[in-house]
Amino acid sequence: MKRFGKMSAVLALTFCMSVLGACANGGNNQTGAASEGSATKAGTTITLGFSQVGAESGWRSANTKSIQDSAKEAGYNLKFSDAQQKQENQIKAIRSFIQQKVDVIAFSPVVESGWDTVLKEAKDAGIPVVLTDRAVDSKDTSLYVTFLGSDFVEEGRKAGKWLSEQYKDTKEDVNIVELQGTTGSAPANDRMAGFAEVIAANPHLKVIASQTGDFTRAKGKEVMQAFLKANKDIDVLYAHNDDMALGAIQAIEAAGLKPGQDIKIISVDAVKDGMQAASEGKINFIVECNPMLGPQLMKIVKDVVDGKSVEPRIVTEETTFTSEQAKEALPNRAY
Amino acid sequence: MSKIYKHHLFWPLCVLAALLLFNLLYSPDFFSITMHDGHLYGSLIDILNFGAPLMLVAIGMTLVVATKGIDLSVGSIVAISGAIACLTISKGTDQNALGLVTFSILLAVGLSIILGAWNGLLVSVAGIQPIIATLILMVAGRGIAQLVTDGQIITVTSTSYSYIGSGSLATLPFSIFVVAIALVIALLLTRKTSLGLFIESVGCNPTASRMAGIRATVVIFAVYIFCGVCAGVAGLLLSSNVSSADGNNAGLWYELDAILAVVIGGTSLNGGRFYLAGTVIGALIIQTLTTTIYMIGVPPEITLVVKAFVVLAVCLIQSETFRSSIVYRRHKRQDTMKKEVARRVS
Repeated sequence: MKRFGKMSAVLALTFCMSVLGACANGGNNQTGAASEGSATKAGTTITLGFSQVGAESGWRSANTKSIQDSAKEAGYNLKFSDAQQKQENQIKAIRSFIQQKVDVIAFSPVVESGWDTVLKEAKDAGIPVVLTDRAVDSKDTSLYVTFLGSDFVEEGRKAGKWLSEQYKDTKEDVNIVELQGTTGSAPANDRMAGFAEVIAANPHLKVIASQTGDFTRAKGKEVMQAFLKANKDIDVLYAHNDDMALGAIQAIEAAGLKPGQDIKIISVDAVKDGMQAASEGKINFIVECNPMLGPQLMKIVKDVVDGKSVEPRIVTEETTFTSEQAKEALPNRAY
Repeated sequence: MSKIYKHHLFWPLCVLAALLLFNLLYSPDFFSITMHDGHLYGSLIDILNFGAPLMLVAIGMTLVVATKGIDLSVGSIVAISGAIACLTISKGTDQNALGLVTFSILLAVGLSIILGAWNGLLVSVAGIQPIIATLILMVAGRGIAQLVTDGQIITVTSTSYSYIGSGSLATLPFSIFVVAIALVIALLLTRKTSLGLFIESVGCNPTASRMAGIRATVVIFAVYIFCGVCAGVAGLLLSSNVSSADGNNAGLWYELDAILAVVIGGTSLNGGRFYLAGTVIGALIIQTLTTTIYMIGVPPEITLVVKAFVVLAVCLIQSETFRSSIVYRRHKRQDTMKKEVARRVS
């Protein structure tokens, strides 16, 4: 009898829970239906599914914020998903976007390869795909509409051009040291290639040492310190990002030299700390690598939905800063 | 003479000397040390300064390895402690205030004690294999560090905080004194008290040690806490050296360098024996090698290969089996048993 009592209690509990569960389900369905209704009523609301790499750097966070803000401004329904630097999360996100029948899918691929299957699924479902910031190595370019992002080689060229301009009348050798990004990464390879291509025109511009600083401040400082010991006469430092330049500045100051004067410094990215250093005259020239892709992305999305043709490669609008320009721009920088 | 040859520090010191000699031949300026704004300045000083965090982590790691354990989470603890300290300071109104800096340091050290205790708990009480138990924090810790920094690099402008990692005391980098203090504490505790013997006996055989009346659980718990604290302080040194905390990259792969330093120093991963001085020399070898590679301009693509070859050479030189197999080609093999006994006794 006692046992039966227990059993009935359990049964009663299960029943209650299932009823409650049903209620909850009902609620969900209702809200789902409501939102669907409003979407069809508005008729023109564009739904954009965006899968971000993660939140691994200040640059990336600024990129995310730009996309969220400009989607809100454009009045698009943004479905945002963070992949936490994992490709499988990103593939899952894209599949769920396909199921939800979004109008456009945009994403920054974590890695270059392995996208053909999921992109084909999107193509079969008739959903256009836009790549932002990073490219994929897929041979079939019909799988995506366009690639919106920085041209790293061009960034290197811009750095090289400024330097050539500064030293165009020089009769003496100019000794350049280079802090590379993570060995083998696309920004590191391309920024090095673009820079080398431009300075090759002037035989006096010589890269006397080039070593990786892994895009970090600590490594930038350590490597620069070794450069300063090994080479007595360094005229120019070219760093592939601001963080390494900031680390190197500390090393230069520790050696009793004046960054920006004794050693001219060129860097890429234009993040806030870098711009701060530039406005203080410690970095002479910064090539911007713009994370604010949002407005351009929204424009592309609009064009794609309207059925207009879009260029297969769209380069981000980017500028450069000298110390003076950095001082002016600094108060308005978003990142 | 043969006694010097048999000393456990002989081979590590030889390697270090060889590296330094190579540098001397390659660039005679390597050993030049000049006075600069009231502190010494030169490559050797750089090696000491940049090697300090690694030495610290490796000292902690030595004791863990001596108990036949391993701590993979040190890199993550480095990142967390630096992140917490920089976050606290950056939130303060006056970043230079000594009280704030002290508070942030204590907070970071306190947190590393907790993290070390977590490792110790998993290994000693829960009985999880050390490599797995600490792997948990190694993976989760990176996430925690990024959570603390919000994925951003936190820059601090506090000169009192930057003193820890880049200031100098009595013309030498301050960080080297931190290492010296940690080393002296570890040496005193393990060699002047019976704690060292306890650690070694637990490393040899925890069950037998327990039977002999040593509380193995407590010993293991304690070494993981010590290792955590060492890593935490190393995190402070690293983040203060560049006045910023980077949750993503600070202390990345530090655990591997630390384990390497321990092994180069002559401590066996099988536990039961440890050499703190050897570990410090091991860490110095690694840092000297890194600096050498930067100085002589090895292309970044093959840097790791060069490092690997030097490490391989170091390990082979250290291996008694390898050395004797070379000697065997010329002489008759000596009585290995006798050698082994002599080594154990010495």
